[in-house]
Amino acid sequence: MGVEKSFSADGEPELAALLSLTFDVEGGEFYSVIGPSGCGKSTLLGILAGYLQATAGAVYVDEDQVRGPHPDRTVVFQDYALFPWMTVRRNIESALRARGVPRGAWDDIARQYLELVHLGEFMDRYPHQLSGGMKQRVAIARALAINPKIILMDEPFGSLDSQTRYLMQEEILSLWHESQKTIVLVTHAIDEAVFLSDKVLVMTSRPGRIKEIVPIPLERPRESGLRVSADFQAVVARIWHSLREEVRW
Amino acid sequence: MINLAKAARKLSATSVSPPSYAGVMGRLEKLAVIIGFCVVWQLLAVAGILNPIITPPPTAVLKAFQELLANGALIQDVLASIRRVLLGFVAASIIGVALALICARVRLVSRLVMPLVETIRPISPIAWIPIAILWFGLGDRPAAFLIYIGAFFPIFTNAFLGFSSVELRYVRAAQVLGFGRVQFFTDVLLRSALPYLFAGLRVGLGVGWMCVVAAEMMGARNGLGYMIQMNRVVFEIPNILAGMITIGIIGFAVNEAMRTLEHRLLPWVGRS
Repeated sequence: MGVEKSFSADGEPELAALLSLTFDVEGGEFYSVIGPSGCGKSTLLGILAGYLQATAGAVYVDEDQVRGPHPDRTVVFQDYALFPWMTVRRNIESALRARGVPRGAWDDIARQYLELVHLGEFMDRYPHQLSGGMKQRVAIARALAINPKIILMDEPFGSLDSQTRYLMQEEILSLWHESQKTIVLVTHAIDEAVFLSDKVLVMTSRPGRIKEIVPIPLERPRESGLRVSADFQAVVARIWHSLREEVRW
Repeated sequence: MINLAKAARKLSATSVSPPSYAGVMGRLEKLAVIIGFCVVWQLLAVAGILNPIITPPPTAVLKAFQELLANGALIQDVLASIRRVLLGFVAASIIGVALALICARVRLVSRLVMPLVETIRPISPIAWIPIAILWFGLGDRPAAFLIYIGAFFPIFTNAFLGFSSVELRYVRAAQVLGFGRVQFFTDVLLRSALPYLFAGLRVGLGVGWMCVVAAEMMGARNGLGYMIQMNRVVFEIPNILAGMITIGIIGFAVNEAMRTLEHRLLPWVGRS
């Protein structure tokens, strides 16, 4: 499906946030980017999405250069970014409208994707009436409903408590299996990156560069029991070892 | 064991909820304070401490209310004042919001308008009376203009703030969902500005209402402000107080009504 190829993305030269990253993401892959705080991973995601500009270099999706934000490269944010003045249903429908989906189809599509994230009964609630995990599921449903080529996620589970986080990780995996989308996820949690991904890109501290790209050899489908297995722990330890050198106090 | 008991008592003391000014108890408490004040006032008057001419007792004021309501004068004056304030307020709302929107979206306009607004804002509405008479003559029109001056600035300032401060996260969300300019305007900008608009309208109406006395000093022939001034000449203080209290009650009631409306229409405000 979508092959994304990106190379040398930079931040502002005076305050270089990122320096010369080059990497490829295969279509349908689950790709994580991990790095120490302040390494520029959110900046990188912004450049991939198109709402931040690289000072040098370019991002390509399927041979097309990224020039600005587009729903084909939609983003799920850490703070959910649901519009509080719209009901859950309207949040999805407004995204469909922006996509040019005919009005008659809105109800079915919104219902379908909300049921997918188990929030079918909450269609007419407002975001402020939902918990953090529920809001994030709505945000994910919204992202899926517009049928993007790539879903970018900026620390999507960062605001959630650890129990909800684990459940959400499993849920995102099953959604990924079903939808077969390409996902690029930025996170600071190593176990999350390892549990979810095919590959993990480890960044250096600021200015961010690629430290290494670690393929995750663990079998799919990944069950929750995997988290305590020796193989899993080994990969986590390996990445932590790599990351540790970069974390500065 | 003794310490445990002490700690338990401390905990239970702090766990009693502080007086809630939103609930029924809050309302009753407010009412009790006002009634208490009136009782003290009455006692002071009866005891002869207060000059009955300058500070008439509550009973005299109540009597004035009774008479004014009975002969229909109060209602007439209330309606006349409301009409004028509404006129000025509606004008201020339309012009204020429209101008704020243009300023927020077009930098050039903002740079031209804002310095003027900031300079004119501190001028008290009362200072506008001579100009108002020159421009609009006497009667209802200068009155509405004065109300307009009072209401305009809160409305404009709040609307401007609302239109220029859409949170970045909603802008980003709209971007990555592919919202076009029109949809961004209707689905994001306007909606996110609504709480500010409401606040501005509510404050603007309040200020406009406060200007009603000054507004009716320019040849008005009815209205609460007019009534107060006429009674000043003949030293009918109870009537003056009745008029003032009426102004206060209406202002309060309208403010509460707008707050309630705001909560109904914008349920998400103030909650994450």
